[in-house]
Amino acid sequence: MNMLVIGGSAGSLSVVMQILPHLSDKWEMSVVIIFHRKHDDGNLLEILAHRTGFEVKEAEDKELIRPRVIYLAPADYHLLIEKDFSFSLDYSEKVHYCRPSIDVTFESAADVFGEVLVGLLLSGANADGVEGLKEIKKCGGIVAVQNPESAEVAYMPGLALEALDVDYVLDSNDVESGARTLTRLYEGIACKS
Amino acid sequence: MMSEQMFQLNDEDIEVLLYEILETYGYDFINYSRASLKRRIHRLILLDKFPSMAEFRFRVLYDKAYLERFVEQITVNVTEMFRDTSFNLLLRNHILPMLATKPLIRIWHAGCSTGEEVYSMAIMLKEANLLHKSLLYATDINPAVLETVRRGVFPLSQMKLYSENYVHSGGREDFSSYYTAQYDSAKFDEALGERMILSTHNLVSDHSFNEFQLILCRNVMIYFDKKLQDRVVNLFNESLEMLGFLALGSKETLKYSPVSSSFRQFDGREKVWQKIA
Repeated sequence: MNMLVIGGSAGSLSVVMQILPHLSDKWEMSVVIIFHRKHDDGNLLEILAHRTGFEVKEAEDKELIRPRVIYLAPADYHLLIEKDFSFSLDYSEKVHYCRPSIDVTFESAADVFGEVLVGLLLSGANADGVEGLKEIKKCGGIVAVQNPESAEVAYMPGLALEALDVDYVLDSNDVESGARTLTRLYEGIACKS
Repeated sequence: MMSEQMFQLNDEDIEVLLYEILETYGYDFINYSRASLKRRIHRLILLDKFPSMAEFRFRVLYDKAYLERFVEQITVNVTEMFRDTSFNLLLRNHILPMLATKPLIRIWHAGCSTGEEVYSMAIMLKEANLLHKSLLYATDINPAVLETVRRGVFPLSQMKLYSENYVHSGGREDFSSYYTAQYDSAKFDEALGERMILSTHNLVSDHSFNEFQLILCRNVMIYFDKKLQDRVVNLFNESLEMLGFLALGSKETLKYSPVSSSFRQFDGREKVWQKIA
């Protein structure tokens, strides 16, 4: 099993909604999404579930990760991944003022999945996620970033592009090429698992 | 942050260290969730500027004072007063009135950390006119935080947030009447602390020591692996009176526990269970 981990803040929900329909149910892949959010917003799961045939649910403490499921990080907790492919929740200090923090999950995923991991960083006004992307790359995974020029808030992806050599830039204005990129990303890690 | 590492912290080093700590000091972290533990160990190594894992290990194993710091830092002590306002509303409006009929109310804050939750409970009990017949047992693995609970002194800078939390949790009094400001500290009314019994207690190794009508253990068990979680829930089951309440953190559950059939979920959203068998 491999993993796609997505981190996003302001302006990222619409991008995720564009990406979801392009996930293939033939893929042996689990998806984890970290949105910066303080409170549970009841409708988020429903909104996302409409865009995909994958199951969409909130990640639970000690839950075993399954392929073809999209897991959302719960509000106000950090989401970690264990070596036995289960989730652990954590209520420690905020990172870049954020909890859940994208860095925390990206780093945890990098430690467990190594090469069979794609990390994608989307629109946002915060530095959270950049260090995590570096860690994913360091552990042999693939890193992708939303094109800052078409991002609602360019700061977060822009910072990432400056800080490291990303493998792919995803343009939210061009959904078709985005879908092809996603497929290429998956094939890139599938051959390693 | 974490990526600024001069060396890689590997899993084997951590396992060895945990077993050595157990052998040397008797502190058992073996069944703590590894991802969080690894993160906190890494954080501590960076914070205290150890150049290598070997030096860190040496200091932990041969310097008892440092071991105490290790225990303080490895366990998570992030807490605030009247946190989770909807949970406190449930306590205030539904649970405390049910406990009011008891001649003596015993409450256990398991893993009380620096005590913000305990003082919040004392305030709610006082406002419900129940504090005088309540005993609040506050325990934690970490003796240093118990000192903070005993003193009842919290940063003044937090009082604005706590005051807002208090109001959203149904509080109607003037929150600042519960403490006196001293420089940058807020010292809480000693009357609130009088009903507190503080003790170190290790959920991993210690046994049940009393029977309670309400046990709070919120955002403590997420740091334990499944096996330890089950053990601790069993401990709580043994420590609860029939019809007593167990309150967990907002993302925690009894659902998968072997003793789940002894409980019924009192409130789904707020993660409170009642012992019925």
